[in-house]
Amino acid sequence: METLFRPDMVWLIVCAALATYATRFGGYVLITRMKRIPPRMEAALSAVPAAVLTTLVVPAAVTGGIDMAFAILVALVAGMRTGTMAMLAIGWVAVMVFRQFVTG
Amino acid sequence: MSSERSAEIRDALRRGLAVAVSAGPFAVLFGAVAVDNGLTIAEATLMSAIVYAGASQLVGVELFNHNVAPWLIILSIFAVNFRHVLYSAAIARHIRHFTLGQKLAGFFLLIDPLFAEAERRGESGVRVSFVWYMTLGISVYLPWLLLTVLGGVLGNLIGDPRAIGIDVLLPIYFMGLVLGFRSRANFLPVVFASGVGSVAALHFVGSPWHVSLGALAGITVAALLPTDGGEAEEPVGLPVKGEA
Repeated sequence: METLFRPDMVWLIVCAALATYATRFGGYVLITRMKRIPPRMEAALSAVPAAVLTTLVVPAAVTGGIDMAFAILVALVAGMRTGTMAMLAIGWVAVMVFRQFVTG
Repeated sequence: MSSERSAEIRDALRRGLAVAVSAGPFAVLFGAVAVDNGLTIAEATLMSAIVYAGASQLVGVELFNHNVAPWLIILSIFAVNFRHVLYSAAIARHIRHFTLGQKLAGFFLLIDPLFAEAERRGESGVRVSFVWYMTLGISVYLPWLLLTVLGGVLGNLIGDPRAIGIDVLLPIYFMGLVLGFRSRANFLPVVFASGVGSVAALHFVGSPWHVSLGALAGITVAALLPTDGGEAEEPVGLPVKGEA
């Protein structure tokens, strides 16, 4: 029978899981230890979603090639008026069309 | 079951579906890449089940194949996932009412879209209940596991994700989440700083540090800009955000 799990690999995965869980719980532990949250930190926290998620988008648009940049731009325009699912569909069509007819 | 509760569950399932659709291809991709890099399907599934962070899973299996020291692999995964520290700090105000056990379970499922959805719900004045949170979380978690197995079984059949255009889905999905926060104070300066910062960091420092460094740029701008009268400083030229 084929091997399901190798001990060294399982250890590595368990350590990766613990490191990841620490990041998911760590910020909560740190922030709830503070007596009160200063206004500037409040402003900083409220910027977290846009600030972090942007770093997952812009580098992809800049370094992912002209086809990726095109699809993201089209989806951005679409996203100003529609919801997420429509953005995904329109962006996907854009990249497929672009690759078919422009970059080959 | 009260109608309020079933409305919550319906809302969570509807949002969970959108997340699962956009993240699903990456679970398949992860399963395929993992098997391609020498993991067994069981190991790949274990990784999806207990690490449960797509980008870092892909980074991890990529490194498994390169004879990299184990501690360096763990450090890389930690670096890719470091943004979650910010998430759990920011989400604290919305889930204070969870019991300790609920927090332990809830933080395990805290992925980018779940954070963004919970943050938006809490911000709009709706209570982020444990039932809503877990329904959304599990409705993404289970497909993630199943699609990892599927990817592992399909193995190399998928080939290049670019060929079927699924490589654009995740960036676009994340951009949709970003747009959801466009009515917040200082949205444009924050996005601009994060965007420029992450590209610069990618160029000068390299991946995956560009995520943390770029985010830091945006967050610093938010902390430094005046906070009073956020409404008046709404950037001009953007459409008013409608109710999603």
